[in-house]
Amino acid sequence: MSAPALELTGLKKSFGKAEIIRGIDLEIGKGERHAIIGPNGAGKSTLFNLITARFHATEGTVKLHGEDLAGLRPYEINRKGLSRSFQITNIFPKMSVFENVRCALLWVQGYKYSFWNLVQRSRALNDGADAILEQINLSARREVPAGMLSYAEQRALEIGITIAGGADVIMLDEPTAGMSHSETDYITDLIMKVTEGKTLVMVEHDMGVVFNLADRISVLVYGEIIATGAPEAVRGDPKVQEAYLGAALEAEH
Amino acid sequence: MSDQLTTSTSKAGQQGGAWVLSLTPWIVAAILLTALPFIFQSNSALTIMNQMWITVVFALAYNMLLGQGGMLSFGHAVYAGVGGFACMHIMNMSDFFASFPLPVLPVFGGLFGMGLALIVGSFSTRSAGTGFAMISLGVGELIAACSVIIVAFFGGEEGISGDRTYAMPFFGNEFLQQIDVYYLTSFWVLLSAALMYLWSRTPVGRMANAVRDNPERAEFLGYSARWVRFYSFVASGFFAGISGALFAINYEILTEENLNAASSGVILLVTFLGGVGFFFGPIIGAVVFTLVQTVLSLQTELWAFYAGTLFVATVMFFPGGLAGLLMMHVPAYRMGKLRSLLVPYLKTLLPGAIGILGLCALVEMLFHVRHASTGDHEMTLFWITFDSHTLLPWIVAGMIAVLGIGAARMTAPSLKDAWDGANTPGGAS
Amino acid sequence: MELILVNLIDGLVTGLLLFMLSAGLTLIFSMMGVLNFAHASFYMLGAYFAYQISLALGFWMGLLIAPLIVGVMGAGVERYGLRRVHQYGHVPELIFTFGLALLIEELVQFIWGKNQMAYSAPEILNFTAFAIAGNSIPAYKIFMIFTSVAIFIGLLYILTKTRVGMIIQAALSYPRTVEALGHNVPLIFMGVFGVGTALAGVAGVIAGPVLGTFPGMAFVLGSIVFVTIVIGGLGSLWGALVASLLIGWITTFAKSYNIEMEDILNGIGISTPENLSDSLFRDLWSLTSPQIADILPYILMVLILIFRPAGLLGKRET
Repeated sequence: MSAPALELTGLKKSFGKAEIIRGIDLEIGKGERHAIIGPNGAGKSTLFNLITARFHATEGTVKLHGEDLAGLRPYEINRKGLSRSFQITNIFPKMSVFENVRCALLWVQGYKYSFWNLVQRSRALNDGADAILEQINLSARREVPAGMLSYAEQRALEIGITIAGGADVIMLDEPTAGMSHSETDYITDLIMKVTEGKTLVMVEHDMGVVFNLADRISVLVYGEIIATGAPEAVRGDPKVQEAYLGAALEAEH
Repeated sequence: MSDQLTTSTSKAGQQGGAWVLSLTPWIVAAILLTALPFIFQSNSALTIMNQMWITVVFALAYNMLLGQGGMLSFGHAVYAGVGGFACMHIMNMSDFFASFPLPVLPVFGGLFGMGLALIVGSFSTRSAGTGFAMISLGVGELIAACSVIIVAFFGGEEGISGDRTYAMPFFGNEFLQQIDVYYLTSFWVLLSAALMYLWSRTPVGRMANAVRDNPERAEFLGYSARWVRFYSFVASGFFAGISGALFAINYEILTEENLNAASSGVILLVTFLGGVGFFFGPIIGAVVFTLVQTVLSLQTELWAFYAGTLFVATVMFFPGGLAGLLMMHVPAYRMGKLRSLLVPYLKTLLPGAIGILGLCALVEMLFHVRHASTGDHEMTLFWITFDSHTLLPWIVAGMIAVLGIGAARMTAPSLKDAWDGANTPGGAS
Repeated sequence: MELILVNLIDGLVTGLLLFMLSAGLTLIFSMMGVLNFAHASFYMLGAYFAYQISLALGFWMGLLIAPLIVGVMGAGVERYGLRRVHQYGHVPELIFTFGLALLIEELVQFIWGKNQMAYSAPEILNFTAFAIAGNSIPAYKIFMIFTSVAIFIGLLYILTKTRVGMIIQAALSYPRTVEALGHNVPLIFMGVFGVGTALAGVAGVIAGPVLGTFPGMAFVLGSIVFVTIVIGGLGSLWGALVASLLIGWITTFAKSYNIEMEDILNGIGISTPENLSDSLFRDLWSLTSPQIADILPYILMVLILIFRPAGLLGKRET
């Protein structure tokens, strides 16, 4: 039984006196599609930031494929095969769409900090980048500066950059935030396509997306996971219902 | 599959064909550099051009940090200076130097500049933005201040001087003449610029752009922002050192002035004026500034004041610099509508320029009245000599200023319309 | 012993002056994220304006009016210059203030020329307050100390005890929140910038007679001020105080005691080389403390940046 893709044990995070993450235990298996849902302020983005070393945990461990990530910098974690997207679009606005994706391929293809190759000359780089553009359906917008894309296109690019490096654990932070219905469908299809065979961890608010994509769901409330399981099970869990509907139900009774 | 390959190749061809792999701009530059001395033949013209090329190398090196990397340094002159000083010392090592071909000297300047950058960069590149700027200021001041103390390397108040003609003759050439130095400098300018351009097309060069735009994102692509900045810094130090070496060859003396904050400030001004967003921006900045500095300073004592005003105006109104201004016209050019802008430009810019000259006249007269020695009432402006203490010149200058700027303001809306028209696809041209 | 006292006083004067400049600078940085390169230029303008006013109305009117003019100019720069450049990002903001510093220096040269102005202390302060071990302490220096201290106390009071001060402190860290609460944050920014530059102006009015009123004065003091706030920690007022006093005292003591490097090196067991004038390290051997007094702050800054990048009392984020 190989190590789970992502394993969180007793994870806690406090900012001063405010305890945002109060102890999380979670195991996500390889190839699993896992969604993290919960009301606003539950700490979902903080959890993401803890896993990807944007913040340091106050207590607890994060293990990637069984390896403890403590003390590693974000770029080191990325090199181990974990890639993330951001809730607020984080691309390179002044570079063209093509260049954005190409940058995502540089390290993975072993170029490191070299100054003796010209990126234009490398077939592998350019073909690889074009292939990714095909996948995210932005080939037509290849030369456009990324800052000028529409919102949904930028989100698609964001996802493209995230998966381009071939990481096997993909973390998406609210990929469909702020999108219309049709845009959401488009992005959901895209996510399904590009994360075939990879482990996906997703923070989402849109229940439709969650139930479409996720194998398992965790519900995060006030920094704790109150339920984990298959979508239907979680849906029917009274604790979850209370967390989401809580006062309304009480008022009704 | 083969379809994809052919499309990919043609796309690569498209991209590549744009600049580097097409040698056209470089060949044109080479021809221009070779031809210029035949057009401007005087020694002073050669000196000015040499100064321009030295500044070009330095400005391009500086832009590796500022424009490419988003790193603002207030103390970059020290790398050029140290490179230059090292070269002066090599020149003074008479036995070694006598068997050393002069054209190779800039390499050593680059190496020393790079060496210093390695040391400083090891701690200064940990920060970006304001922190980096502050460190660069402090380190720059420190080294410049040390230069007066460390007389052995920096020569104290008199600096270090030498003689370039004691090198091993290069194909018989001892570099006695200005023209010899010109061609040596031009060669190195072209080489350095080409290398720096190629650098920007390498993985580390591309990631420098990425780190500039979004360091967090770059880290999640596997790159340490700190190391990318470090490599850019070291490379920039190398080319700055080359510019210092060219200075040493040209002027045969280096002093504390080459290291100080004023020189660092000048290169910032030059690079920003030219435009940090484009590779050729600093080249324009260096050429324009050298011309302003040498030509304008002969006409007026206030040239630094004008330069300062121009700089602040650039930051406030066109932060893209001169290159940015030029490139703003590209969409209109692509649509073939550039010609439609010609007349509106003349209608607005010409009176505007005349108005500004009127303002300058007022400024000059003010300065003269305030600071000329008592009894000296005569001054010369635009080839006219007049008495600055009488009312007439003031009225004339004032009217020119008012009329010129007024006319420009009146025609400005129509220029704006023409600009919008030129930038909208389709419609009447 | 008495010499130490004299140096303490001198160092205090320098340190407090430095603090007047660095306090405004670090406040402005803390609130607006912009490092005002032209801060020392306002110091210079304070001195020049005070000089000009003192020619007609006397020193004391200069002390009163000049900082006000400088403060208004500073507010104007914020409103019409900085605010405009702010949209382009931090780097253009820095470049703008740098260009401004350049321009102000040229402007000063344009109006007043390149020579030092005969700006001197007022007559009634032109006596010796007291003498210590044969060194006379001019009353003007005591005046400087008192004025500086009075200003700080006033500043501290405003910031901590008044409503305006609380709003400013809040806006220092959370401008958006303060704005959402209905306060006119752009006005606050303009006000803080104006007060900060007025403070620099006061420093100029006071220091002008002692340190000299000439076009290069902004540049000379400017980089030391930056060093000060980096050492103290960007954004920390107490850090600025500690760092200013530290630098004031270190430079004063280094200048007055002639400590020779040769003695130090001999003391730890390295003997002077035979042919000193030929040695590569001859400069190191002949080093004396007055020589390096002016660069000690820079050395300190580099050390701090290597070992404690946030500064002595600074917070983590820059």
